[in-house]
Amino acid sequence: MDEKILYGYSGLFDTPDEIIEAANKTAESKFKKYDVHTPYPVHGMDDAMKLKPSRLPYVALVVGLSAMFGMLGFMYWISTVDYPVIVGGKPFFSFPAWVPVLFEITVLSASIATVVAMIAIFFKFPNISHPLHDTDFMKSVTSDKYGISIDVTDDENVEEAKLFLQSIGANNVTAIYWDNDEVNFKNSVLQPKFLALLLVLVIGVSGATYFTLNKLMFMAPFNWMREQAKYIPQEKSTFFSDEFAMRNPVAGTVQRGLLPYKFTKKPEESAALINPLEVTKPNLDLGKKKYDIYCSPCHGYFAEGDSRMRGQFPNPPSLHSEKVRNWSDGRIFNVLTDGQNVMPSYAYQLTRNERWAVILYVRALQRSLNAKESDLK
Amino acid sequence: MSSTENIIDYNKKGLPPIFGIFGFGLFGIGLGLSILAYLIEPVRSAYNNVILLEFLSSIGIGSLFLIALEYVVGAVWSTPFRRVFEILSSVLLILPLVAIPVYLHAHDIFHWTHLEVVASDPILNEKSPYLNMTFFTIRIIAYFVIWILFHLLITHNSKKQDVTKDIKLTKLNTKLSAIFLPLFAITLTFSSIDWLMSLEPHWFSTIFGVYYFAGTFLAAIAAGTYLVIWLNEKGLLVKGIGKDHYYSLGALLFGFINFWAYIAFSQYLLIWYANLPEETVWFLQRWNGSWMYFSIFFVVIHFLVPYFALLSQPSKMNPKTLKFMSVWIILAHFFDLYWIVMPTFSREGFVFGWIEIGFLLLGLGIVIVVFNLKAKNQNLVAIGDPRLKRGLDFRL
Repeated sequence: MDEKILYGYSGLFDTPDEIIEAANKTAESKFKKYDVHTPYPVHGMDDAMKLKPSRLPYVALVVGLSAMFGMLGFMYWISTVDYPVIVGGKPFFSFPAWVPVLFEITVLSASIATVVAMIAIFFKFPNISHPLHDTDFMKSVTSDKYGISIDVTDDENVEEAKLFLQSIGANNVTAIYWDNDEVNFKNSVLQPKFLALLLVLVIGVSGATYFTLNKLMFMAPFNWMREQAKYIPQEKSTFFSDEFAMRNPVAGTVQRGLLPYKFTKKPEESAALINPLEVTKPNLDLGKKKYDIYCSPCHGYFAEGDSRMRGQFPNPPSLHSEKVRNWSDGRIFNVLTDGQNVMPSYAYQLTRNERWAVILYVRALQRSLNAKESDLK
Repeated sequence: MSSTENIIDYNKKGLPPIFGIFGFGLFGIGLGLSILAYLIEPVRSAYNNVILLEFLSSIGIGSLFLIALEYVVGAVWSTPFRRVFEILSSVLLILPLVAIPVYLHAHDIFHWTHLEVVASDPILNEKSPYLNMTFFTIRIIAYFVIWILFHLLITHNSKKQDVTKDIKLTKLNTKLSAIFLPLFAITLTFSSIDWLMSLEPHWFSTIFGVYYFAGTFLAAIAAGTYLVIWLNEKGLLVKGIGKDHYYSLGALLFGFINFWAYIAFSQYLLIWYANLPEETVWFLQRWNGSWMYFSIFFVVIHFLVPYFALLSQPSKMNPKTLKFMSVWIILAHFFDLYWIVMPTFSREGFVFGWIEIGFLLLGLGIVIVVFNLKAKNQNLVAIGDPRLKRGLDFRL
């Protein structure tokens, strides 16, 4: 076994007054690397040790303010730019409702940052060993004694520290050695052990999250809230004899504000219908949009029947034919509503207004190839 | 504890004459302006008188509350300057005098005193068992009696202790304080409802008492902090009061700046969120016309400036910063009351003129004059308090 490396010396005191005085004397001595250990915070210790004000508050200030303004910007972006939703009749930029969130995020991030900074910078995480751990000195100062430890690892004359501690009246002056197995001067975040721990943590946390959200929520008793005395879609009814939970409307039910289409299977009579829409830009735009979506796959973007369906049976017809040009708007409407030959009904895909708008657009396409005399002037 | 008696080195010295002269100057100018104001604009003066009354009651009752709280929790750090707060709380003795002009003008400023209006107004009619002149009079007398009684009892025991040095008096005061604290909570809440909230009798806010308390305590700590630091710098207090004590006062000040903002915002947020017409009317009035600018400005002076001025640890120990911020907060509390009271008088926009300044000067003058008079015939430090030595030894 190698010879142990000396860490320093520790000494014990019995009362808070003694430790304050001892801290005072140590602060004035040549020893700069020392620490005081007490079982509870002793008032006036900062002064006695002549500690400079801690720099941790700046971490709290900077992180707290950054989090606050970051969150302010984030909420502004969510609520007014990316996904504006009206809540309770309030404006999108409803600052008072954000204040509690800003307050919480400031406090939370500032306190977490303070703790993390303290652990990372001052404790040199992930280094968790310290020569003072597991010593009798530490046992004493965490129960009823007050102690000073002086770090002499880098010093030449180690005996001086021992003599100094004795001179200021310390009891039980003891040498403290580095534990050879744990000698670790480096801030080694990339240790394989530590990385493995991180990996285990990541897998554990994400596995637990996955299990909770995808499995546990569907097990008893967590799924009890799901099982309620109501029918969900597609559920079998035990009450009605036809076993349908969703009931069909009574025969002859008419949708509110919408009269049924009277010319089903009566194409000739439908010719009398008149297009209720005027030829305006918005109507033509709507017609073009719907035409490009629902009609162009067969009839082609320019209604010439030249889509990729051409060559397959049956060829989609051109809408520029004499027959279609001479049809009234009502007649075309009937085709869109009822379908014709292999063309299905588009009544489910297009509302009535949209069908009329499509007809307006088809008329415009037709006139682009077969203009009237008057269009040329 | 007998050993402590020899250590306390306190010689009674009079306050510098400039203090009294300054106080009497403010008092004289303020009194002159207020009397003139009553002759020219009696209604506006009565509203200002409400501000003055609540301002003085803030400083008096806030100080008494701090003393009672310290007794009950057994605080040690504050014993060296408890007497300063005791003397400050004698402002309570003047309160009934200040309340008389308001009481005489009650019909001008309190809408609910108009019986013919109340009869035809279903809301006020329902509230009339509480809001009527007889019960109002009984209540305000009860507040003054309770406050002044406890002020006299607690300060009397404390003064007696200067001579007898008897720990029993501390225990007696602790018991008195324990009785006083719940009474304080009730009387302060209801007095704020009676004097301030009933100016707008249709409106109500359940947090209003707490809101007034936050300002009250803040103003009292600020006044006390200023006086403690000033007296200590003049060497009129006992040796041993230092930056650890200043820091504690500063931290208390800072804490209650936050508490005030928290309560003020809680009141606003809930009313804003619920958006009920009977509640929003009060805030809409304070957003009407030029009041809007005052309300925004008020958030800055009552919260943002003092918050950042006292945020860092060194600033809470710096006597100069503390003194400046104490005066700032006392004025901010005056504007807090102004913001509560004056929109009822001037609905279209804020008015601020010589009348308001006159009453402000009168308020500051009364505090200084009362402090000066009371400080003449008693010690400025509770030299008989058995905890005084420990209080002086207090370190962070």
